[in-house]
Amino acid sequence: MKNMTEIRWHGRGGQGAKTASLLLADAAFLSGKFVQSFPEYGPERSGAPITAYNRISDERCTIHSNIYEPDYVVVVDETLLETVDVTAGLKEEGAIVINSEHPAAELRPLLRGYKGRVFTVDAGTISRKHLGSYFPNTPMLAAIVAVSRCVDPEDFLRDMESSYRHKFAKKPQVVQGNLDCLAEAMKEVKE
Amino acid sequence: MSIRDRLSGNEAIATAMRQINPDVFAMFPITPSTEIPQYFAQYVADGKVDTEFICVESEHSSMSACIGAEAAGCRAITATSSAGLSFMNEVLYVAASARLPIVLAVACRALTGPININHDYSDSMAERDSGFIQIYAENNQEAYDNYLMAHRIGETPDVRLPVMICEDGFITSHALENIELEEDEAVKAFVGEYHPENYLLKHENPLAVGPYGTSPYYMEARVAQAEAMKNAKRAILDVAADFEKTFGRKYGLFEAYRMEDAELAIVLMGSSAGTAKAAVDELRESGVKAGLIKIRVFRPFPGEELAEALKDCKAVAVLDKSEGFSACGGPLFAETASACINLTQRPKMVDIVYGLGGRDFTVAQAKRVFARLEKIVSTGEVGPIYSHMGQRDLREDVQ
Repeated sequence: MKNMTEIRWHGRGGQGAKTASLLLADAAFLSGKFVQSFPEYGPERSGAPITAYNRISDERCTIHSNIYEPDYVVVVDETLLETVDVTAGLKEEGAIVINSEHPAAELRPLLRGYKGRVFTVDAGTISRKHLGSYFPNTPMLAAIVAVSRCVDPEDFLRDMESSYRHKFAKKPQVVQGNLDCLAEAMKEVKE
Repeated sequence: MSIRDRLSGNEAIATAMRQINPDVFAMFPITPSTEIPQYFAQYVADGKVDTEFICVESEHSSMSACIGAEAAGCRAITATSSAGLSFMNEVLYVAASARLPIVLAVACRALTGPININHDYSDSMAERDSGFIQIYAENNQEAYDNYLMAHRIGETPDVRLPVMICEDGFITSHALENIELEEDEAVKAFVGEYHPENYLLKHENPLAVGPYGTSPYYMEARVAQAEAMKNAKRAILDVAADFEKTFGRKYGLFEAYRMEDAELAIVLMGSSAGTAKAAVDELRESGVKAGLIKIRVFRPFPGEELAEALKDCKAVAVLDKSEGFSACGGPLFAETASACINLTQRPKMVDIVYGLGGRDFTVAQAKRVFARLEKIVSTGEVGPIYSHMGQRDLREDVQ
């Protein structure tokens, strides 16, 4: 299908990769796109590797298989690089975005010969700074928007603010921290 | 006016339930249908429905509570999956034979074993003889629309049968996609109130529900039930026609996709049909006369209509997403092949069992099925009539 972006998320159960994929779909939906967000569950336990997927397109996509040749990959937990072939099928004209405190060049050797662009962002530090705890999915969501531009970054920040105000209607004090998290991750994600 | 939204299949079904505001929801959770009662419990807590929400101790009990409520003249609903549906087995037959139009949402999931939480149709196919009407959805939109039609179909006076609204576990139940929702008031007006002619608590016409049927009477009851299932076909089309007039989306007993001049066709169900449509589109661009039929209504089975739609094809592959252990093909193949048995000229036909326990089905696989059909036509050799597709070891794969 023309004008379709396919994204694969790798995380561990409990880190919010599935939620981040839902939020990305939400943001793309609000910008007028057709969206899919779906998880692939292995064993149901906290810490087990999980995969989640996004399709974002201008027309409804009827395909309901997993994504084998993604345009982008997001790795929410860098320890997965040792055990999961995260770049499998990843298009070379696409990119991978990894949550890590290390620069991209240091991680490239772990990517099994992937030739495309590699980005990292220190989602843990950003999350602890603005949210006081380890919620890596929020910075990773912003990082993939910045890298893929599957949603206009300014529209994204505006729509996320309205989603957070809705989602955290009973805890409005956490809204600003989440927005700061998004803004900093968009700025800090580096090739 | 439709409302543009994005929901998972489970939330879409729960939304339809909220809009309909049934009298009784008897619930017991099981993956991947659990979110349906979970969403509904929130609607109850928020006062958006005035449904009697009963948390029971098992699926046998949730269906039994629905039977009691529906016999008393209420609209009663529940939701389940997999082993939960199997645990209802005994009482599903009670609901159908007592002619109680309960609506049961099923997020279809494999049966054990090995134990597995993912999608196939082994649960719903195991209940194909229960007397429930069964309607299947390709995506969240169809799950929602089918649910909006379900009560009216089941409650049609010459039908009076319970209805299963089936969605694909996880693939549809947990996938967020765009959807067109209808306004609450428009839904309420379309579905209407339930006014059964007879019910347990109608004092002027006392009624027994579920009495013993001795041999001189049992068969008459079964034949009447079989007639009701035949009538359901017309009721499903009537309700679909009114649905199209009201909301603009068209539904039939099945969807014939690019079948006008198709020589090669796949017959299948659910979300896989959407994936296979992409394969049909690609093949059409390269001049292959490919098409597909997506079975929407499995009970009553649209045999005559399906035979008519397939009669000019040269080769047909039926894709079964449940292994019936018949040693000669899955349930969809058995129905499709028997539907075509009296055609004077009929297509060559094979059965392929695929996608068990969440094994993924891809556009590439659908194209391989069409390639096999092309080979059957060019060589005249059918090859194995019954085979499996998508195993880890591709040497096992005849496609």
